[in-house]
Amino acid sequence: MTPAKIERIFLTLSASMLLVFLGAFFYSAFGMGMHLPGWGGTIDPAAVRATPPFDQPGVREVAPGRYEVVMLGMAWAYQPSEIRVPAGSEVTFIATATDVVHGLHIEGTRVNFMLIPGQIARLTYTFEEPGEHRIVCHEYCGVGHHLMHGTIIVEGVE
Amino acid sequence: MSTPVVASPEGFELPEGQRRVIRWMIYLAFFALSIGILNGLGQALNYARIDILQYFPRMRTYHQGLTVHGVVNAIVFTFAFSNGFLALTTARALARPLNGGLLWAAFGSMVMGFLLAAFAMATGRASVLYTFYPPLMAHWSYYLGLALLVVSTWIIAVALFVALAGWRGENPRQRIPLLAFISTATYAMWCLASIGIAVEVVALLLPWSLGLVENVDPLLSRTLFWYSGHPIVYFWLLPAYVSWYAMVPKHAGGELFSDSLTRVVFVLFLLLSIPTGFHHQYADPGIATGMKAVHATLTFGVFFSSLITAFSIMYALEIGARRRGEKGLVSWFLKLDWKNPALLAQILAMLTFTLGGITRLINASYNLNQVIHNTAWIPGHFHMTVGSAVTLSFMGIAYWLVPYLTRRELVGRGLARAQAWLYALGVLIMARGLISGGLNGMPRRTLIMEAPYDDATWRLAGMLTGLGGTLMFVGGMLFFFVLVGTALFGKKMMGTVDIPFTVTHEGPATTGWAVKLDRYRYWVLATIILILIAYGPFLVSYLPGNFTSPGYQLF
Repeated sequence: MTPAKIERIFLTLSASMLLVFLGAFFYSAFGMGMHLPGWGGTIDPAAVRATPPFDQPGVREVAPGRYEVVMLGMAWAYQPSEIRVPAGSEVTFIATATDVVHGLHIEGTRVNFMLIPGQIARLTYTFEEPGEHRIVCHEYCGVGHHLMHGTIIVEGVE
Repeated sequence: MSTPVVASPEGFELPEGQRRVIRWMIYLAFFALSIGILNGLGQALNYARIDILQYFPRMRTYHQGLTVHGVVNAIVFTFAFSNGFLALTTARALARPLNGGLLWAAFGSMVMGFLLAAFAMATGRASVLYTFYPPLMAHWSYYLGLALLVVSTWIIAVALFVALAGWRGENPRQRIPLLAFISTATYAMWCLASIGIAVEVVALLLPWSLGLVENVDPLLSRTLFWYSGHPIVYFWLLPAYVSWYAMVPKHAGGELFSDSLTRVVFVLFLLLSIPTGFHHQYADPGIATGMKAVHATLTFGVFFSSLITAFSIMYALEIGARRRGEKGLVSWFLKLDWKNPALLAQILAMLTFTLGGITRLINASYNLNQVIHNTAWIPGHFHMTVGSAVTLSFMGIAYWLVPYLTRRELVGRGLARAQAWLYALGVLIMARGLISGGLNGMPRRTLIMEAPYDDATWRLAGMLTGLGGTLMFVGGMLFFFVLVGTALFGKKMMGTVDIPFTVTHEGPATTGWAVKLDRYRYWVLATIILILIAYGPFLVSYLPGNFTSPGYQLF
């Protein structure tokens, strides 16, 4: 085989591999519904606590088996810092930050997004298994960054 | 029909005055790296729950150290090295001195920028990390310092393109020498890429930190940052690629296979490096998912050029090994000249970069990113790219570059080899620690040793991170021994020396499509169109922005 031919084979295989990967993750996103946060609207960070739904942070059931968690990130805590939902529920997080940029990662899940002042984040996830997950702030937000954490408890259904 | 990658292959001497300023840029680069590596040790040991930062003078917080680590390593070190190294390669490739005044102006701008940023960081006024996401607000001197560091790269770009234009004027209808093309393409890409961070710093953050305006838009600032923040990794990497393509084949006794393919790779980097920034913002609210998908696709496109590179470089090495008489299918790899520290360091850098590349593909994979976004996985990944492919390659380059610039022979070749092995091994162990910790949810940028939450699965990850970081630190210190020893005590060389450069097996085409690869005007225009496609819809729908955040100094 000539070098030019080896080169063509290598490049064709490389390009095909990348196309397969692209197809796989776009299918998981747009076919299976594993979405990223997208456009969620803007808000004035100074007026967050007077603006619905952030005037009442917390968990509420919006339909059977479907929950909304309205959440605030601030230096250096989440409000609410403890969340309880039953296993099998579909939970939509609606969250923002009141001061600087924070992050929100529910460990062991793909619930992982930024809390940016002025922006509203939305993400939906279904918690299938009962259990307890730590929530950590994963974006540097000042000297108390490592103190900012919370818990989500997925309760077993009898 | 082997063709050298430079004009006048028989020899060209850069005037001593220009060698001096390039030497100072390289010294400044490695001085910055020495500070960065020292802080890196403190960061790595944090993960192992060992606190040495308390013994550092003036160091008040973990994040002050992390800011210094990021700024001096990722900005000062890389910029200063590129400015010196690619100025040299361009001048040598064109056999033409650059404008000495511009070189000194770039050096002056770099020193001023470094001093201003160092003042802000040392006095604890800028513990905002090297990504400085507002509304955390640093002292204005920090932003001005970063701006001057970027300006120094622009001055070098002017010097390179003035020389290139001069050469083309005197050599019409000739192909640009390959080494000059890939060196200037790097700066062409960075000039377009640095616009975002320049606008962010000059238009948004400087007036805001000076108190001239009250509020800032955090999302718009982040977007401008990542417009530059992704291509900046290619600005770090491409000088190493210049060496891998144009010099490593020479070290290995081989030759580069294809001139045209090499130019294609650098043109692809010019086109695709910039319209990919949203893949750092997959987790951000406020950016439409469709646009994130566009950036994801283009990010996979730019990965293609790294796969071409993997082929080209390995093939060049294989040619070298086969010339030494090796017949085996894979055993040729063991027969490379592992005794040459310049080659050894760069091959080890390439090997770790393979893992860096695979993890990069995972980061870029749209929603797969949600599993690892902002966990310790991310520093695990980029220490195998910028922390290794770039840094270890630059160290390998220094093993011939510093002797070339000082006219002194390398001191301590054995130490230099030990350095490369220790550093590469350290990177792999540390990255293994950080990556496994990240998969178990360990967050990045966090004072893990004092966090109230804890996880038994993070213990091993933390210890490996501390161990690997310590090995990297020792490898780094050995490097500085060799560097300082060579500059001060190396035996004086007699006669003239030249930089190592390869020949290409398939030289530059004189007819056909490949000739058009040299037409910068078209490629820059095409790049701008791609940028408009990638960022236009967001900017049109988002501007005038949401300027509602006052500054916070929570550090």
